[in-house]
Amino acid sequence: MAEWWTYTLSDLQSFSLETYYRLFARYNAAIWPVPIVALGLGATVGTLAWRGSDSRQARLVAGILAGCWMWTAVAFHATHYASVHRAAPWFAWAFGLEALLLAGAGFLGRGLSLERRGGPRAIGLALFLFALVVQPLVGLLFGREWREFEVFGIAPDPTAVGTLGILLLAAGRKRWLLLALPVLWCAFSAATLLAMGTPAGWLMVAAAVLGLVGSGRKGLGSGLNL
Amino acid sequence: MAPIDRRTLLASIGAAGAASVLGPLTASGQRGPIVTRAVPSTGERLPLVGLGSSITFNVGDDVAARNSCAEVMRAFFRDGGRLIDTSPMYGSSQEVIGYGLGKLGRPKQVFSADKVWIPSGARGPAQIEESRSLWGMPKLDLVQVHNLVAWEDHLKTLFAMKAAGQLRYVGITTSDGRRHAEIEKVMASQPIDFVQVSYNPLDREVEDRILPLARERKIAVLANRPFRQGALIRAVERHPLPAWAREADSANWAQLILKFIVSHPAVTCAIPATSRVDHVRENMGASYGQMPDEALRRRIAAHVQSL
Repeated sequence: MAEWWTYTLSDLQSFSLETYYRLFARYNAAIWPVPIVALGLGATVGTLAWRGSDSRQARLVAGILAGCWMWTAVAFHATHYASVHRAAPWFAWAFGLEALLLAGAGFLGRGLSLERRGGPRAIGLALFLFALVVQPLVGLLFGREWREFEVFGIAPDPTAVGTLGILLLAAGRKRWLLLALPVLWCAFSAATLLAMGTPAGWLMVAAAVLGLVGSGRKGLGSGLNL
Repeated sequence: MAPIDRRTLLASIGAAGAASVLGPLTASGQRGPIVTRAVPSTGERLPLVGLGSSITFNVGDDVAARNSCAEVMRAFFRDGGRLIDTSPMYGSSQEVIGYGLGKLGRPKQVFSADKVWIPSGARGPAQIEESRSLWGMPKLDLVQVHNLVAWEDHLKTLFAMKAAGQLRYVGITTSDGRRHAEIEKVMASQPIDFVQVSYNPLDREVEDRILPLARERKIAVLANRPFRQGALIRAVERHPLPAWAREADSANWAQLILKFIVSHPAVTCAIPATSRVDHVRENMGASYGQMPDEALRRRIAAHVQSL
C-alpha cells in the first residue's frame, strides 16, 4: 500500500490497553493449566542454563524453546491475538520461523552449547530470570489484574525476552540469525505498549538493548553451531 | 476563516431534529430538542454528535466487552444519536457494531458510516460487501474511501453503487492533517457527499481551506479525533472547566470541545469514540442546548491552547 508512509504507529494501534490486558486473561483461562506447565518448562530451561549443559541437555533447551515459540505462534498469535490485531497472522509466521530456527540450531550439526562462564552469561541469566519470574508479576505495577499475567513460553513478550537471555549463553557464528526475531519482537512490542500509553514498553526496550549489547560482547567463533 | 455571527450559525443549525422517544435528558441535565444539521447534498438531518469506533470497539470476541459496547450504543441511541462510524481498519469494530445492533433489535435510526480501505480497487466491492454483512444491514448509508487509499478506483465503485441504490452517500477521509492538498483536489473535482477530517480546538488547519471548500461544494463534514484519541481530554481535565462554559450549555470539557467543533457551520457531525456509557452520555450532551457563537469559539480555542 503506497500510503503506508503516511501512517504513524498510533494510527495502526487499533485496540486499547484494556482490551490487550483482557486478551491475556481470556487466553490464560482458555488454555489453563498450560500456564503452569509453561512455568515448569521455564524452570527447567533456567536450571539447565544455570548449570551449563552438555550437548544432550542443550538439545533439550533448544527443543523447549522451539516448542514455546511454536505454541505462541499458533495458540496466541493465530488464535487469540488475531481477533484484535490484523497483523497477528504475520506474527504467527514469524514466531513459527523462529521455532524452526531454534530447532535447527539445537538438533542439526553439532547442536547447541551453553557456556558455563563469560561476561554476557550474567546478563543472559538475568534476562531469563526476569522473563520467567518478574515479567508475569510486573504488570501488577502497571494496573493489570493478576489473571492478565504473561508467562514465559506461551506469551510473546516473556518468551522473546527469555530466549534472548538463553541466546546470550549460547554463542555461535550464526547467533545473530537466532537473535534477530526476538530483538525485533521486543522492539515492536515496546512500540505497541508505548503507543497504548503504558511505561511497561520501556522494559521491552531495555530487554532488547541488553540482548544486543550482551550479544555484541561475545566472540563470534565459539558456541552455537548450525 | 470568515467570522461567523450568531444569525449565520443559527441559520445553519436546525433545531427541529428528532428527539428520541425516550427523551433527550442530557448529561448536563438540559432538556430540549436535539440539534441537527443537514447533509448538504440531500437535506437529510443528522444529530451533531455521532459515535466513532476506532480502538474502543475493537474488542475481538470478548463477549463481556462486546456487551459493554452494545450498552454504549444503547445510550447513544437513547440520547438521540444516529451516525456510527467505523472502518475495516478498525479490527473487529465492524463486527462488534453488528453484534450491538442485533442485541438492540436493529434500531431504525442508525446511520451507518463505513469505509473502504484496501489498496486494490478491484477488491473494493468485496470489502464493502463484507462490511455491509458485518453490520447486518441491507445497505450502508455512507461509504468513504479511508485515508485516500486507491481513491480513484474506489470512488468509481462507490459512485456506481450509489447510482444503483446500494448505498446512499459517498465520501473520502483523512486524519491527523495528512494529505490535505489531495483531499482538496478530490473535493473540488468529485461529486462526493461527505469528507472526514481531524478537527478540534488544537487541530484547526482545516479551517483555512477544507471547511470553506466543503461549504462551497455542499459537502458534509465529519470531524474525527475530536479529543486527539483521548490525549486532549486528559490534558484539559487537569484544569477546572471555565465558568463561561455555561454560555455554551457545556457541563464538562467533552461538551465544550465538541461544541467548539460542531458549531463551525461547515461541520455536520463530530464522531468521538468511547467505550464508556457515562462518556457517550457526556458527548451526546453536546447535541443539545446553546451552541457557541464565533466570539465564544475563539475563546474556547484560545483557552484550550493556553492549557
